[in-house]
Amino acid sequence: MKLGILVNEGPFTHQASDTAYRFTEAALAKGHEIPRVFFYHDGVNNANKLSEPQSDDRNLVKLWSELGEKHGLDLVVCVAAALRRGMTDELLAAGFRISGLGQLIETGIEADRLVVFGD
Amino acid sequence: MPDENEFEGEYQGGTVKRFLYVNRRAPHGTIYPHETLEMVLIAAAFDQDVTVVFLDDGVYQIKKDQDTKGIGIKNFTPAFRALDDYDVEKLYVEKESLEARGLTAEDLLVPVEVVSTEELREIMAEQDVVLGG
Repeated sequence: MKLGILVNEGPFTHQASDTAYRFTEAALAKGHEIPRVFFYHDGVNNANKLSEPQSDDRNLVKLWSELGEKHGLDLVVCVAAALRRGMTDELLAAGFRISGLGQLIETGIEADRLVVFGD
Repeated sequence: MPDENEFEGEYQGGTVKRFLYVNRRAPHGTIYPHETLEMVLIAAAFDQDVTVVFLDDGVYQIKKDQDTKGIGIKNFTPAFRALDDYDVEKLYVEKESLEARGLTAEDLLVPVEVVSTEELREIMAEQDVVLGG
């Protein structure tokens, strides 16, 4: 099945990004296709390469980057939400790109299911 | 970086899906309602079949005559009036939520259809994509 993923919360404050990451990893392992992971609202902060959690905790930004590189995932950060929060190209971790909200709607149209993580 | 105000363009794929936006939060205090409205407008620009519902404190999002000066936050709610220009005409408000807050359809800044929880359940069951915060 083609599954689009939407992450609406930033890392650490909220579990949404952890759950989305684990869901994406598990779906890929089961052979599902993930055409795009879209980051909206505070979810854009998942792409911030300056994030530096304590060394004995998980590093979500790095985890998303690595999963993206391993599976060639399209990790897209919403431009309007990113600008509001000071997320620019210079701050993007590997594998992420900034684009318009249209990419989310396109994912909703083209995927069999759009799975949303957040409140 | 793409321009924030760049026109998103029309979706060329030709597929039309039913997008439902569920608004359950008060208009101010969190950014979800404002950013959800931005998602609604893009889906409409992509010629999708868009429905918007308001329930719980979400009914306050379309309350007339909001004044946010006292909290120093932009009042984005007049933008709901633009939905009609984007051919987003399916706006539903849950009857029980309105009544619990002492509001009627006359208190709202856009024309809506007031529906029961049961009718809302049917509307939700018909959708392809459900979004909203």
